[in-house]
Amino acid sequence: MIKRLVALLLLVAIGTIFTALLAGYEADALLNLTARYYADHAASDIGAANIVTAIIVTYRGLDTLGEVTVLFLAATVVGLVLALGQRHEKAPRSLVPAGELLTTGTRFLAPLIMLLGAYVFANGHLTPGGGFQGGAIIASGTLLLLLADPLKHFSHALIATIESFAGIFYVAIGLLGLVLAGGFLDNRILPTGELGALFSAGAIPLIYSLVGLKVGAELSSMLANLSATEEL
Amino acid sequence: MSILLTAMTAVLCLAMIGAALLAISGKALPVAILAAGLVSLVASVLFLILAAPDVAMTEAAIGSGLTTFLFFFVLGRVRAGERSGDDND
Amino acid sequence: MTYMAMGTGFLLILIGFYGALTKRNLLRMIVAFTVADTGVNLVIVAVGYLPGRTAPILDAAVKASEAAARIIDPVPQALVLTAIVIGVGVTALMLAYAYKLYEKKQTLDIARFTELKW
Repeated sequence: MIKRLVALLLLVAIGTIFTALLAGYEADALLNLTARYYADHAASDIGAANIVTAIIVTYRGLDTLGEVTVLFLAATVVGLVLALGQRHEKAPRSLVPAGELLTTGTRFLAPLIMLLGAYVFANGHLTPGGGFQGGAIIASGTLLLLLADPLKHFSHALIATIESFAGIFYVAIGLLGLVLAGGFLDNRILPTGELGALFSAGAIPLIYSLVGLKVGAELSSMLANLSATEEL
Repeated sequence: MSILLTAMTAVLCLAMIGAALLAISGKALPVAILAAGLVSLVASVLFLILAAPDVAMTEAAIGSGLTTFLFFFVLGRVRAGERSGDDND
Repeated sequence: MTYMAMGTGFLLILIGFYGALTKRNLLRMIVAFTVADTGVNLVIVAVGYLPGRTAPILDAAVKASEAAARIIDPVPQALVLTAIVIGVGVTALMLAYAYKLYEKKQTLDIARFTELKW
């Protein structure tokens, strides 16, 4: 009872701060200086039609590298934590097989979902989308495969290989930017092309495809690790 | 057109708050997890109304898809612990 | 509209905190954290919205030359994209730890984990 009262008091205090913030907030009429710079120069310097993609991959590309690292750490720790202390000689699990509807539907849908994911991260610089969305869609396809056949042993080596190579190539492209163009992760190592074409915006499609593969592989490995645990 | 958009935003915000309250106080744990997935879904639509299509796509794929599945995976493994700590909150 | 979205986001943060502070089941606490996470993302995106403007994508509707007058602030969207992805990573970590704790102690009640209490 006391604990709940203290929690409510704390929430009331935080709530008054939020109310003060909300009352004093006024939406801007014009873009601030940073946003105006990005809006003016994204099309001419970077060549990407999606300004958010241009910010994520080039203007603030180092943050994206950090985020991919954090996701890699999370996936690794999940795999490590779940594998610790597991009995190595696993009794064969007897699970109820998935129904006919699910298996047939998966055979039809899983390639389409992977294709949609690849489309989303290949066109990240033209339409809303990009590496993270495409990677999440690919992980959903993997999830469907896991649900349809729970005993299927996912080759962790394949997922780990895809993830490692994507990461290495991402950093290698960044270093190429140091050598051939303005700085680390500069996208002008490839020609920027015309606005709106598929092969435009320099190295952004390449970088975002690698990010999409890496995120997809990491989320898939998290799901595969969780699915391989035993019922307690 | 704009009043329709404002009315839709108001309805969506109310739905989101209702789903959040259900997620906190739901009697059964699967209901709470599904309500949290509903919060993410409505938030994805709100992101689209706030002119942020990239964020809407990410939230729809990751927030209301993968997170709900992660919860149900783990819940399936700890079925017996579903009710622990619930009697005297 | 900005005020509605921002107010809802703040309310979600408060509801999530309340759930995280008063519930005792580990999985319910993680659900509450997820709700608070969504609230924070909603507040940040609502800050970037300028009334009367459209999404920061250059296409046939918004030409490159008039971009600065027609689009909203793209920086909060980039921040929130990162935040959502890291949020799911942290949630997966929390769930893995909850599973391992259940394996050790056969309970998910946080009042039973007393090893760190003095």
